[in-house]
Amino acid sequence: MNHQQRLAAFEAKLQSGIGVIDGAMGTSIQLLKLQEEDFRGTRLVDWPSSIKGNNDLLNLTKPEAIRQIHQDFLAAGADLIETNTFNATSISQADYGLQELAPEIAAAGAKLAREVADQWEADHPDRPALVGGAMGPLSKTLSLSPRVEDPGFREVDFEQVRTAYFDQAKAMIENVDFLIIETVFDTLNAKAAIVAVQDVMTQTGMVRPVIISGTITDGSGRTLSGQTTEAFWISIAHAKPWAVGLNCALGAKEMRPHIADLSRIANCRIIAFPNAGLPNAFGEYDETPQTTSDHLSEWARGGLVNLVGGCCGTTDHHVAAIVSAVEGLVPRPIPKSNPALRLSGLEPFVLGA
Amino acid sequence: MSQTTARFINIGERTNVSGSAKFKRLIVREDYEAALAVAREQVESGAQIIDINMDDGLLDGEMAMTKFLNLIAAEPDISRVPIMIDSSRWDVLYAGLQCIQGKGVVNSISMKEGEAEFLEKSRIIRQFGAAAVVMAFDETGQADTEDRKVEICTRAYHLLVEDGFPPEDIIFDPNIFAVATGLPEHDNYGLDFINAIRRIKQDLPHARVSGGLSNLSFSFRGNEPVRRAMHSVFLFHAIKAGLDMAIVNAGQLDIYDDIDPELRKAAEDVILNRNAEASEALLELAEKYRGGAVTGTASRRDLSWRKAKVGERLKHALVRGITEFIVEDTEEARRASEKPLHVIEGPLMDGMNAVGDLFGAGKMFLPQVVKSARVMKAAVAHLLPYLEKEKQLAGLADMSNGKILMATVKGDVHDIGKNIVGVVLQCNGYDIIDLGVMVPCETILKTAIEENVDAIGLSGLITPSLEEMIHIASEMQRGGWDKPLLIGGATTSPTHTAVKIEPAYSGGSTTYVSDASRAVGVVRTLLSDTDRVPFEKQTREDYARIRQSHKRGHSAKPRIRLEAARSRAMKINWAGYTPPRPKTNQALVFDNWRLEDLVPFIDWTPFFASWDIKGRYPQILDNPIVGAEARQLLADGKKMLEQLVAERWLQPRAVIDFWPANSVGDDIVLWADEARDEQRAVFHTLRQQMPKDTGKPNFALSDFVAPQETGLHDWIGGFVVSAGHGEGERAERFRKANDDYSSIMLKSLADRLAEALAEALHAKVRRELWGYANQEHLTNVEMIQEKYHGIRPAPGYPSQPDHTEKRTLFELLDAQNRIGVALTESCAMTPPASVSGLYFSHPESVYFAVGKIEKDQVEDYAKRKNIELAEAERWLAPILSYNR
Repeated sequence: MNHQQRLAAFEAKLQSGIGVIDGAMGTSIQLLKLQEEDFRGTRLVDWPSSIKGNNDLLNLTKPEAIRQIHQDFLAAGADLIETNTFNATSISQADYGLQELAPEIAAAGAKLAREVADQWEADHPDRPALVGGAMGPLSKTLSLSPRVEDPGFREVDFEQVRTAYFDQAKAMIENVDFLIIETVFDTLNAKAAIVAVQDVMTQTGMVRPVIISGTITDGSGRTLSGQTTEAFWISIAHAKPWAVGLNCALGAKEMRPHIADLSRIANCRIIAFPNAGLPNAFGEYDETPQTTSDHLSEWARGGLVNLVGGCCGTTDHHVAAIVSAVEGLVPRPIPKSNPALRLSGLEPFVLGA
Repeated sequence: MSQTTARFINIGERTNVSGSAKFKRLIVREDYEAALAVAREQVESGAQIIDINMDDGLLDGEMAMTKFLNLIAAEPDISRVPIMIDSSRWDVLYAGLQCIQGKGVVNSISMKEGEAEFLEKSRIIRQFGAAAVVMAFDETGQADTEDRKVEICTRAYHLLVEDGFPPEDIIFDPNIFAVATGLPEHDNYGLDFINAIRRIKQDLPHARVSGGLSNLSFSFRGNEPVRRAMHSVFLFHAIKAGLDMAIVNAGQLDIYDDIDPELRKAAEDVILNRNAEASEALLELAEKYRGGAVTGTASRRDLSWRKAKVGERLKHALVRGITEFIVEDTEEARRASEKPLHVIEGPLMDGMNAVGDLFGAGKMFLPQVVKSARVMKAAVAHLLPYLEKEKQLAGLADMSNGKILMATVKGDVHDIGKNIVGVVLQCNGYDIIDLGVMVPCETILKTAIEENVDAIGLSGLITPSLEEMIHIASEMQRGGWDKPLLIGGATTSPTHTAVKIEPAYSGGSTTYVSDASRAVGVVRTLLSDTDRVPFEKQTREDYARIRQSHKRGHSAKPRIRLEAARSRAMKINWAGYTPPRPKTNQALVFDNWRLEDLVPFIDWTPFFASWDIKGRYPQILDNPIVGAEARQLLADGKKMLEQLVAERWLQPRAVIDFWPANSVGDDIVLWADEARDEQRAVFHTLRQQMPKDTGKPNFALSDFVAPQETGLHDWIGGFVVSAGHGEGERAERFRKANDDYSSIMLKSLADRLAEALAEALHAKVRRELWGYANQEHLTNVEMIQEKYHGIRPAPGYPSQPDHTEKRTLFELLDAQNRIGVALTESCAMTPPASVSGLYFSHPESVYFAVGKIEKDQVEDYAKRKNIELAEAERWLAPILSYNR
């Protein structure tokens, strides 16, 4: 199956059903309790600083662990798996001094996900396995100053962020079916990612649909950079995403009103992949698959979503429960939106027709 | 105004260096604080979009635009509205586009430099997701007449829309020019504009029209009443024609109906070019208003909070993040206070507490809190000299109350909470060394030594930070530290601190700090000579209690699915393996085992544990704290053991058997005979569902038995032993004699002897009865350390937590009849000093803990055992990873 065929098959499925994206990569890796040696592998044995916790690096140093996670999610019934490339950018890797390796890490992540998906499709010809190239929010942000006394200060500029995302997307595009700009907590970073992704498509001639997923961080109903859900949508709608949604930070229970907002206004597919509840005192996620899938199936029945899945703390267990919970449910019809001048600051501004 | 204005957008114009001399002065002087106040005032006055323009010869436009937009991003009161980036220079517009997270408006582009350049810029704007103001300007110049305006806009519209630019994101500016200039060719400019609007709106669907108003009244500079009247009148008619927005000073518009009718009519005549004398008439009338009182509403900005008492004002400023009046208010508060410190401890801390509460309740968000911190700093900065002076007067040169190192730990970039705590602590006179985010442990400890800090504060928001904090705590322990360690941040908790961090750092104290307001109290206490010790003692006790209750609590761990766990089963390579055949083909009963032969097999470590003395034997005897007690206990135990053996208080008994067996999935099927076609019984096993590293299997006991499909003739064994016969009566005798000590001692010895018997019997099984290890020569210590092949796991223990499997075992061995050991209804063995289990011979078989299991396995298990799910859940309750 090539990209076009796979996408067509998936879109056909989504005409009548709910799609399922996989669960969390990060927390799944955490569960492996990997040690410094595992992250170093044979390649970075002598790296001068600690690189434990650099999950994306495992694409190079311990690919079998990542393959296994992908396999488990596919076996649990996920249609779409996300590459282990959340931090595979020069900016995020610079935290470990590994900025030079970022494109290689991204390329390896896309390639190994593709390989697992190809094997899956070979074994299950009736189940296309789509790969989404994950593009996380970066460890540096364009809209916030890290210095309390100097609010005008920025650690990075737009061009640096765009370049970092450009290199990441370019390294992945060949092997992925989607580019997923996710866990957006600063919309300006996401806007740089959008520019980068469009530039990559223009430059390589390879076109891939884009999924954009924001993160509402807390009870304020805002992104970390202060936008409301609707302001966020207005700010990124120009990317004409294949799907837009929310993920991370919140459990399904807390995310629902914001997904409902987005569902009401966005004229593309809605994707939701909440955390397995809110973390407990140990920072662990303990919402059961049953609870998560109950919430998501309720959303599906309410016509709020087109694709669902899980973020932090969700395992293949959750995915399996979600798959069976949304089976046979009809997707949200994609609304037409009337042309109107829609602007945004932290809040939306719509000039009526 | 009337209904037509309901959909009209006011664009704030005061943040425009070319339109506002005041704003320009502030920007040139780099007084950004005041410049922001201008922007805030506009939003508060009702501007729905703010126009920002830095086009001035004195300014580096790109730099100023970037700087100001970045500053605005930190001001939620301002940045809540969309931004219009205004410049005649493309590089400034492009710089602006890179600074706004929302969807803003670029003002402006035009066809001045030709279609190609126009389209190229429009594509960049589209890629950045902004709307665009398109000036009615082409290669030949600016459109002045109605027809030229419409013609240029129409051409631009089709170019853009055909190129993919969304028509709803096009805003035309058909140029508002000055009227009443004295030149007759200018007289119709107002009407040209108004008429052009009507045609553009009609012909070009979804496009919008905007205009800059101030040009219109250029001839009347210095005559505010006339300018205001002209603007109001112009807007009144333009909006009716379809004008969507205009760049206006929202605070300086008069209500149409409130304008002096004479002035209104004169202005209207000019704007609508009603007669040739209109300009002259307005000029004449204008003299009457020159220097006259400004009519209409004053600034609509809400400053009512300024009327409150100073404490309330400080709080308001903190919560709203307004620095504008903070110095004067702080000063006022200082004068009213006995000591400058009281201002900090009183109204300022009250304000910060309110901020903390609002943030916690989700009613404030991050940038606001950062702003509040800034206001706080400004206030404290003002107080600092006074505080200093006071210290000097009091004869204290160094005003620092102590030095605190703060850091967000390695792997984490979140530092707002830490920053707030840092600010608050600084406000209270502590020196803060803030190492920032992603700080490695080595840096923290090194700096702490170099700076000789009094305490270390760690912060983190994401999960892995918790691990890092434990690491730092243990490094502090290793390095022999005793400085107080403070823990804070969103994922941290008193429970995690008590259970994981505090035990890692016994050399000093660890304190969880829930929020900034608490930080001051905690730090003050920890740095106090008198209060530190009792506080640390109290904290230690509190945490010990938390640990206790946590131990009892149930903490769910993530599990993998049964299916996934099975695919990770231990895969023994059965090819070429010959299972050893037991040397006996019938059950064997042992009821005359000599007690003295069991003594060498006793593992004393659990003996101490049963007396709540934790530690390994024999090292425990030399433990500085419990050593003496342990020695006494052992002496007493050995004394009783001697008597027990000599007087035959107990009668050890045992029964064993072996059965042909194969694994079938997670079950172990026992065959009736060697033909292996008739089942005699089934042992059901449970599989680990914890996530494990690649290559590490998820065990079930069945993994250690050759699967049926291998065709191998494998076996398993089973045993029940007891050293309890005789124990009950004698223990009761002690108890009746009020000798509980001896009663308990006897029970604990009987338990040890039962285990010793199981161990001795297992050795005999390996070496003789099953005989697969007849070359085995191990010391007792090695045996206790399980350095032999094969295992003897017991139902009800970690490798098979289901006690009910004992029923199958007891039935197979007929244990009750043969050796007098029975099962209670809850599957406890009686007499209690008994041990039972299965024997596995494969050299790769190991002990493991099943751990918590998920519902899918319990359902599967219930089905295999042919029991109700609820029953299975009841037996497996302690290992369920979910709530029933």
